[in-house]
Amino acid sequence: MGEKYFHSVRLVEERCRGCVVCARHCPMEAIRIRAGKARIFEERCIDCGECIRLCPVKAKTTVTDALGRLGEFTYNIALPAPSLYAQFPPSIAVERILGALLKLGFDAVCEVALGAADVTAAVQGLLQKKGVPRPLISSACPAVVRLVQVKFPDLLGNLVPFEAPVAVAARRARQQAVATTGLSSRHVGVWFLTPCPAKMTAVKQDASSGITGAIAISQVYGDVLRLLRDGEALPRVPVQSSWLGAGWALSGGEGQAATESGLMVVDGIQRVSEVLEQVALGTLTGVRYIEALACAGGCVGGPLTAVNRFVAEEQLRARAACWPQEADRGRVQVEVKPVPLPKPVLRLDKDIRKALRKVESMERMLHLLPGLDCGSCGSPSCRALAEDIVQGQASETDCVFLLRQRVRDLADEMKELAAKLPPSLDKRIEKE
Amino acid sequence: MQLKVVLQQLGLPGEVVRRAAVSAYEAELNVIIHARRGTMRVCVRPEWTDIEVEDEGPGITDVAQAMQEGYSTAPPEIRQMGFGAGMGLPNMRRCADHLEIVSQPGLGTTVRMRICHQRREAEHG
Repeated sequence: MGEKYFHSVRLVEERCRGCVVCARHCPMEAIRIRAGKARIFEERCIDCGECIRLCPVKAKTTVTDALGRLGEFTYNIALPAPSLYAQFPPSIAVERILGALLKLGFDAVCEVALGAADVTAAVQGLLQKKGVPRPLISSACPAVVRLVQVKFPDLLGNLVPFEAPVAVAARRARQQAVATTGLSSRHVGVWFLTPCPAKMTAVKQDASSGITGAIAISQVYGDVLRLLRDGEALPRVPVQSSWLGAGWALSGGEGQAATESGLMVVDGIQRVSEVLEQVALGTLTGVRYIEALACAGGCVGGPLTAVNRFVAEEQLRARAACWPQEADRGRVQVEVKPVPLPKPVLRLDKDIRKALRKVESMERMLHLLPGLDCGSCGSPSCRALAEDIVQGQASETDCVFLLRQRVRDLADEMKELAAKLPPSLDKRIEKE
Repeated sequence: MQLKVVLQQLGLPGEVVRRAAVSAYEAELNVIIHARRGTMRVCVRPEWTDIEVEDEGPGITDVAQAMQEGYSTAPPEIRQMGFGAGMGLPNMRRCADHLEIVSQPGLGTTVRMRICHQRREAEHG
């Protein structure tokens, strides 16, 4: 199987009380409660961050690089996702937010929104061509890409084949840094400030992207806010991005930039799944481009943001009207990525004959189970428990209801047995 | 949808799952439109998936005609709304490796489709 698949979602053990909420809402049923703690089964996790969002005791988080790592490099560049701008009210100019980043220890800033505008240009070009799959599905959200790999492999060819905006921005930034400082690339640290565990995973997995690491926006929010509030003189970094790219942080921003007609925007991982079902059936004939995002509201709703998503959305939208005009910088060529491979994690067995037998066993087991989807057994639903049992990872008596039925049946048997002593020993017969 | 989940659990390639889902869906639509009610039976074997759809609807008088692309029984006002493009049966024929339609006008229709799991070699007409 090769190297272990890295996932950025992590459990804060001391806080987890095994309450089942995350397990029951995980769109991939990737979580099981074992020994009172939530465990993620790596192969099925798509890093959508629902569990982080939903945990009532905040026991879910992500790995994130610490700012301290900047010390490992001579020159450090910050790549802020446009969701960062949304964390602050529009009265605070973007130039000052970027300036605050310089005070945090970064030597330069390259806006991811710049990369987003480059990708938009590439997508616009792609939509003009003939023979393009219809609908095209945006690949900006890595959780959606993973969802397609697992549940909709026949739609892999519909994904936009370009690299992510952050990768484009990273390349620009790195090249520029090397040119201006004369340093060799390995002394340059490029750090993505991200709202998103899926993007964090994507960065960690792809060493070729030139991105050194990823830092959650929620991690730097406090420091940046303090710097802005302190009123201390901050360097002003000119904004180089256009609204075209910055709008990507909002649901609909990317899609509206890409095309004026035939656009469908869908957010929230369950809704994305529903739409993709229809795409697979071929019912969405009028749609040319689908912007699909795992987080409701778009990236500003990502689990690693600091500010409530509705507030963030409003704060970013309010900036649109006074966004500085884009300086003419020319477009950067965007790389084409190969089509991602399907991930057959739903498959019960490599051998179809065994898989057929397992499906039959599952159906039989399902009839025995109560169908409450209560989660007490540690599996998110009765169907999931049936699958776990058939795969040898759980047993029938994990189900509390079945267990109690068994106990009652055993008790009845015992009563029967207890009523029958051999006549030679049974004192009760004498008395009657 | 349940069919799709089961076929994915069996590890069948995405293309096979798609063909089965689309042909089942089109067959189901035909029953809904013409017969209102019917029964679908699916039998999965290691080499193929069989889908049989049976109804007690009006039946098809001329099967060959019904199979023509664009042929539709929908009245003009319905077609104007965008329905009845007449692609249901042709879609099913494209998706399935074998398609059999048995129909008695006034009694009902049975459609049997077989989707082979191995890649098809010959192209269908």
